[in-house]
Amino acid sequence: MALPPPDPQFVLRGTSAAVHTLHFSCGGQEPDIPILFSGSENGFIHVWNLKTRRVDTALDGHGRNSVYCVETMGSKDRLLSQGRDQRICLWDLAEGRMSVTDSVFTENVGFCRCALLKVAQGRWLMAMASKALEEVQVLELPSKTSVCTLKPEVGAKLGMPMCLKLWQLSCGSQPLLLAGYEDGSVVLWNLSMGKALSQLVCHQEPVMSLDFDLEKTKGISGSSEKVLSIWSLNEQQHLQVYRTHKLVNAGISDITIRPDKKILATAGWDHRIRIFGWKKMKPLAVLDYHTATVHCVSFSDHSQPSERLLAAGSKDHRISIWSIYNTQT
Amino acid sequence: VCFTLGGSDCSISFVSHVLGKVCVRGRQKEMLSVLVPGLAELSRADCIWQRMCWRLLECVPERWMEAVLLGFLQTAPGADDLSRLLGNLVVKNKKAQFVLTQKVLLLQYCHKTAVLQNLLGYLSLDPLRRPLLVTVLQELLETWGSSSAMRHSPLEQQQYISKAILICLSHLKEPEIESCRQELLTSMMEGVKCHLDSNLPRIRRLGMIVAESISVKINTEGPALKFQYEEDDEVRELKSLLVQTTPCSAVPSLPDEEENEEAAGLPSASDSDQKSPTAAPLLPAEDSDSELDSDDDLIPYDMSEDKELGTKAPLYLRDCMEVLTGCEDVDKWEATVKALESLIRKNPAATREVSVELAKILLHLEEKSCVEGFVELRQRAQVAVLTTDPIPVAQYLTSQFYSLNYSLRQRVDILDVLVLAAQELSYPNSHGKTKHSVAPKPGIQLLPGSDSSKDWRRIVDERIKSKTRRIATLVSRLCVSLGQAQVELPSGPNEFNSVAGHFFFPLIQHFDRPLTTFDLLGEDHFVLGRLVHTLAVLMYLAVNTLAVTAMGKALLEFVWTLRFHTDSYVRQGLLSCVSSVLLSVPAEHLLEDMTEELLETQSWLGDVVEKDPDGDCRRLALQNLLLMENLKKKLPLSLPS
Repeated sequence: MALPPPDPQFVLRGTSAAVHTLHFSCGGQEPDIPILFSGSENGFIHVWNLKTRRVDTALDGHGRNSVYCVETMGSKDRLLSQGRDQRICLWDLAEGRMSVTDSVFTENVGFCRCALLKVAQGRWLMAMASKALEEVQVLELPSKTSVCTLKPEVGAKLGMPMCLKLWQLSCGSQPLLLAGYEDGSVVLWNLSMGKALSQLVCHQEPVMSLDFDLEKTKGISGSSEKVLSIWSLNEQQHLQVYRTHKLVNAGISDITIRPDKKILATAGWDHRIRIFGWKKMKPLAVLDYHTATVHCVSFSDHSQPSERLLAAGSKDHRISIWSIYNTQT
Repeated sequence: VCFTLGGSDCSISFVSHVLGKVCVRGRQKEMLSVLVPGLAELSRADCIWQRMCWRLLECVPERWMEAVLLGFLQTAPGADDLSRLLGNLVVKNKKAQFVLTQKVLLLQYCHKTAVLQNLLGYLSLDPLRRPLLVTVLQELLETWGSSSAMRHSPLEQQQYISKAILICLSHLKEPEIESCRQELLTSMMEGVKCHLDSNLPRIRRLGMIVAESISVKINTEGPALKFQYEEDDEVRELKSLLVQTTPCSAVPSLPDEEENEEAAGLPSASDSDQKSPTAAPLLPAEDSDSELDSDDDLIPYDMSEDKELGTKAPLYLRDCMEVLTGCEDVDKWEATVKALESLIRKNPAATREVSVELAKILLHLEEKSCVEGFVELRQRAQVAVLTTDPIPVAQYLTSQFYSLNYSLRQRVDILDVLVLAAQELSYPNSHGKTKHSVAPKPGIQLLPGSDSSKDWRRIVDERIKSKTRRIATLVSRLCVSLGQAQVELPSGPNEFNSVAGHFFFPLIQHFDRPLTTFDLLGEDHFVLGRLVHTLAVLMYLAVNTLAVTAMGKALLEFVWTLRFHTDSYVRQGLLSCVSSVLLSVPAEHLLEDMTEELLETQSWLGDVVEKDPDGDCRRLALQNLLLMENLKKKLPLSLPS
């Protein structure tokens, strides 16, 4: 007899706008407080204290334009946020400060979230959609120098890049970029050469979100249709479709794989969060709390597995926090 | 019968006389079933036998020619055999021509399709005879297209003529069609108009098939006429007549083959385009990594609530009404339409407040988006409103039936809804939840939306059967009922009782008043037919109500005024009305209050049984006469018959 799905552990209210992006920063030791960053449509980035479950600070750096990406760079004092004002801002939040230290003007009016990768101490690579329609530009931070510009070949008709993921197999090896495009294909780019290594048509509709498991070199992408596509990368750096999974309702806004690679969560347009086992895509749970489309899901990075949380931000202005499948090693 | 071949001239005329006499006496079958195959066999090989056969037939006296020819038509194995046997008899002999081109085709209709095939094939096989084929076709089309012929000839004759037309078409060659193309077109247009105007679906279908076939023949390039109708055995049989399978047929088969090849070539070309070069091949899902299956430790939660997301319908009736009248949101509109019936039934008090308005909205509701089963959903909602608040809604609907500016579909909808609601009201405990009502007596189920008149005919027939049997088994029934306890069926008050009159009388009131857009007695005889059938059903359902006698009297008068209507569907309806009256009104009331009407009706029924061209009408009239006989037997009190 299957148990009914669990309720959220708690729900964060107070953003008073649709929540587009979430990022946990809970890895620190005591007395560091676990923090959740959320970006909303009204341009604010809220810093939630997960102990008191209240907003500690609200950062206003994008001129009331929707913030659709927040990431931390190394520690919770260094924050990166991307907004619809075509800017990526770097924040310094140490010791109570709330200042924007640097910003990058992307000239891109799309919704593609940027991707970050730490390549060395203090050096980051950031991939973002750039001014031209199909291009992805990779910058090095904090120097903001351009590493390369990835242009698909003429006539490829990929459309806008919709989602990006930077990764490298191990520290020091060449970084690679997975990009999901508007025409439904996922392309693997080699950054040092600036060339596409492989292209795979995963969906008939735009790829809304993707995530990649380094260890198994397997990835998953979700789109506006009813299908999730799981693909893998073989030794020749070639992408192949592994399997597909059909959903009950169409539309996925976000997919994320938990850091321990056991489960993954999808945020759906049908207001539901779905949990699957990553190994075999076994459906595990359907979390039905929100009353509007869920825009983002994120897993926390607690060092204690039992404390791990899942957060989901939705158009109904709520952030639901769940504790699910974390009762084992 | 052996002939001596002596080289001398034999006189065959004696044999012809014998043959003629035998055939006229009715012994065609026995004689010709032996003679004709033998002759056919012999004449295939030998020309002399052919000529002898021709001579034989030419010498048959005129008065016996018809019988002989019919016999030959029926027993000949095929058109080419017939051609060898008859030769050009039809051209040389006037009587033979009359029989073959006029009598068999236009005046008789009892013959099988094989006879038609033989006859028309025979006409097509010789250049001397082909002009006759064209004339025959033109005459057939004239008869087919004449509306008076259609009204007065039975269905079987119309089928016969249609078959003959189709076979003729299959034999004609291009140049011949060219020469009479214009006439074919004119006759087709006229004929199709009369056929589509008919109320009987089979006649409409016949018209459609023939018109399609003619249009295919005369329009070799460009799109041909195409109608929509149900395919069944009859249709398939008719269509098969268009294609001649005999080798010496005139229809060229080469263009057909070319067409088939082209059609086969196209799909294969489009298939190869569809393979997209960039789609990667699928790897087989590897189930083999089951060594460390830590997924098994993850127990899934209950996901049974996970269903397709749909827009929620409003929960209140007035909200529904708002959505239906003004809402632009198509999803919401769809959800409302689907949920409406159950809302109406769950909230009778709320429904009664807004019943007339809701009925108005539903009557005018048009399909906004492609909802499955929209017509049925709307009808069920209307029935629900009507049964919840019968009197005001019935008054509204019946008044709208006779108002200006409604489409025929809407008027017929009103009638259907009245019938279904009456059925629901009169059979207690059958809530509209189940589509079928379990009637305590005949257990025939009515599917809303289907052609109700056929089903009701069945129900009435069953009722009649059960009534006529009752007299025979009356004694045995008495014994049974005395001996055993009866099983109690669940019963409730008959709700139709109080409202039957409101359903019935307004419908019958204004039928003879024509409006600018609606003339029951004129063009809109289809609606008249449906109205009459509806009245029959309402009458039937009004059994055991207080108003039944008044209703019966009014209905018999109504029937009397319309009894000579030219449309057979209407007449069938009128006869059903009479059946319903005879079944529903208690016998005492019938005999006391309606004696004159009954007598008049009886004499009319007798007339119908003998003279009506339509087979169904005759059968119904006969049933009614039987019912009347039973009435008389029931009450042996005075009734001058």
